[in-house]
Amino acid sequence: MEKILEVKDLNISFHTYAGEVKAVRGVSFDLHRGESLAIVGESGCGKTVTAKSIMRLLKEPPAEIKPGSQIIFDGKEDIVKMNRKRLKSFRGADVSMIFQDPMTSLNPTMTVGKQIMETLQIHKGMNKIEAKKEAIELLKIVNIPNPEVRINNYPHQLSGGMRQRVMIAMAISCNPKILIADEPTTALDVTIQAQIMDLLNELKDKFNTAIILITHDLGVVANFADKVQVMYAGEIIERGTREEIFYKSMHPYTWALLNSVPRLDTESKQELYSLGGTPPDLILPLKGCAFSSRCEYAMEICLERKPETTQLSPTHSLCCWLQHPDAPKVNRSEVVRGEING
Amino acid sequence: MAKENLVEVVNLKKYFNVGKNKVLKAVDDVSFNIKRGETLGLVGESGCGKTTCGRTILGLYDATDGHVYFDGKDVHAMGKKDKLNFKKDAQMIFQDPYASLDPRMTIGEIIGEGMDVHFNLSNKEREEKINELLHTVGLNQEHASRFPHELSGGQRQRIGIARALAVEPKFIVCDEPISALDVSIQAQIVNLLIKLQNEMGLAYLFISHDLSMVKHISDRVGVMYLGSIVELAPSANIYKKPLHPYTKALISAIPIPDPKIEDTRKRIKLEGEVPSPINPPAGCKFNKRCVYAMDKCSQITPELKELEKDHFVACHLY
Repeated sequence: MEKILEVKDLNISFHTYAGEVKAVRGVSFDLHRGESLAIVGESGCGKTVTAKSIMRLLKEPPAEIKPGSQIIFDGKEDIVKMNRKRLKSFRGADVSMIFQDPMTSLNPTMTVGKQIMETLQIHKGMNKIEAKKEAIELLKIVNIPNPEVRINNYPHQLSGGMRQRVMIAMAISCNPKILIADEPTTALDVTIQAQIMDLLNELKDKFNTAIILITHDLGVVANFADKVQVMYAGEIIERGTREEIFYKSMHPYTWALLNSVPRLDTESKQELYSLGGTPPDLILPLKGCAFSSRCEYAMEICLERKPETTQLSPTHSLCCWLQHPDAPKVNRSEVVRGEING
Repeated sequence: MAKENLVEVVNLKKYFNVGKNKVLKAVDDVSFNIKRGETLGLVGESGCGKTTCGRTILGLYDATDGHVYFDGKDVHAMGKKDKLNFKKDAQMIFQDPYASLDPRMTIGEIIGEGMDVHFNLSNKEREEKINELLHTVGLNQEHASRFPHELSGGQRQRIGIARALAVEPKFIVCDEPISALDVSIQAQIVNLLIKLQNEMGLAYLFISHDLSMVKHISDRVGVMYLGSIVELAPSANIYKKPLHPYTKALISAIPIPDPKIEDTRKRIKLEGEVPSPINPPAGCKFNKRCVYAMDKCSQITPELKELEKDHFVACHLY
């Protein structure tokens, strides 16, 4: 598979009155054509900032993409170095994004048809009649009934699920090579969530679009992603294929995430595993492993020095001192709840 | 002698007039009861009337028809004194911990406000009680002088819980108390709610759309669709042996954090979305989206029948 996106040593800071917040610290990853990548983590871990930087949607300043950061698109262009003119043609056409809240990300004063047509007219140079035809076609692709009627509706006349479908229609209107979905189903009901995730899967196969899914719902990840990256305090602390993360993950934070979701197989009213403490303040300089203050396996070295990356398989790697040959062995099967049947 | 059922809801209806002679039937003939120390979960898609149901039970909305009995007394026909007692005994925890705390009051004032109405406490007693409550919900007494904006979402939700507990209630309506929080924080709050229930014998009405969390915390679960309860059963039963086609679809839509299962299991797909409650379909309200729909379903409204012990379902299939 061809690489469509290469993020290399991405560092992003926000300059605030209180000081410099290092929101993303040394993130590197690759994305291939037609692949789905999930980024998971708690709020404030830098997942949305990473995604937005790929479209250069962060307001600079206060945000600053640090020198040395590279985001190579399609093997040739560095997104970090794009000028305003190139960005204008790049956003929406090559990479597009679906936001969490379909209520606020559509323009309430424009019909949904007009909003979809706008993209087509700008990027594809279509005239009004062509654009309208294409917009109806797009609404059909995202399974909106009566697209000819719906095209004249305003966002408030549509339900949450339908609005998210309109957002998706807009996002795919120019056949982008990468689609970023930032918590696309968090605001929706489970039944609608299932419909939307099916739709994204369908689109991925049909148009060979690479999808970056940002979520905190591990259930959605299990259903959808090829690769998973776990972020904590602005760093990727573990990455692997879906199977590797769910069945072979070795980072205590990944374990905590897996354990804190109630599953249909657990006994009712049992105490849920809950991770104490809060993520570190990213204004302060971090010493050692960022997770050490909340980690129950923390050793002396974890507080002093940052762990190096250990490669467990070509696709699976993590940053944790427990992987060091001298570290005590922790048996994963005793910590993470077993697989469920049924 | 105290009755076993703390809350009894009998044929409760709440209609809203939405103009032009249109009526929105948010809660349409709902009956159930909640025992002392029990948790009843209420699930359903948005707009199915779960929140309206919770609020009508607390008397925040007047009922259009039907009754809610709390400890044997009708909530909607209480005298002033009974009403005051009821407001002490029944409390609510809200969904949005950002909007439900007054930004101009300190945490201590927020928690103490209810006590001032219901108890006659000296300043010292009041302060002690506030500190004790903060401790109960996992915060400490320094928080009493802070303002809500200084706290994180999880901490604010703890304040919401402390405020509800301050008047020593017997019954708390939890309206989506965790849906605005991170997964790891959700677990903390749910653990706290379960711990408090065990210690104080509280009864909860737990409203949520997160079925796995509802299953986790509830003794019994009611599934609502367009203002009616379609299935009501002990929580283990409803997940192992769902009977109503809507419950089956809802459960199969929950993603399970396990790739092997996700790859193999079959989803029951629900076509379309919840119809408008202003003009719900005749007969069984679910018939337009139901794969098993028969002629009868669009004509006769099915009644809630007890199929097995404690397992009620409203469907013509059974």
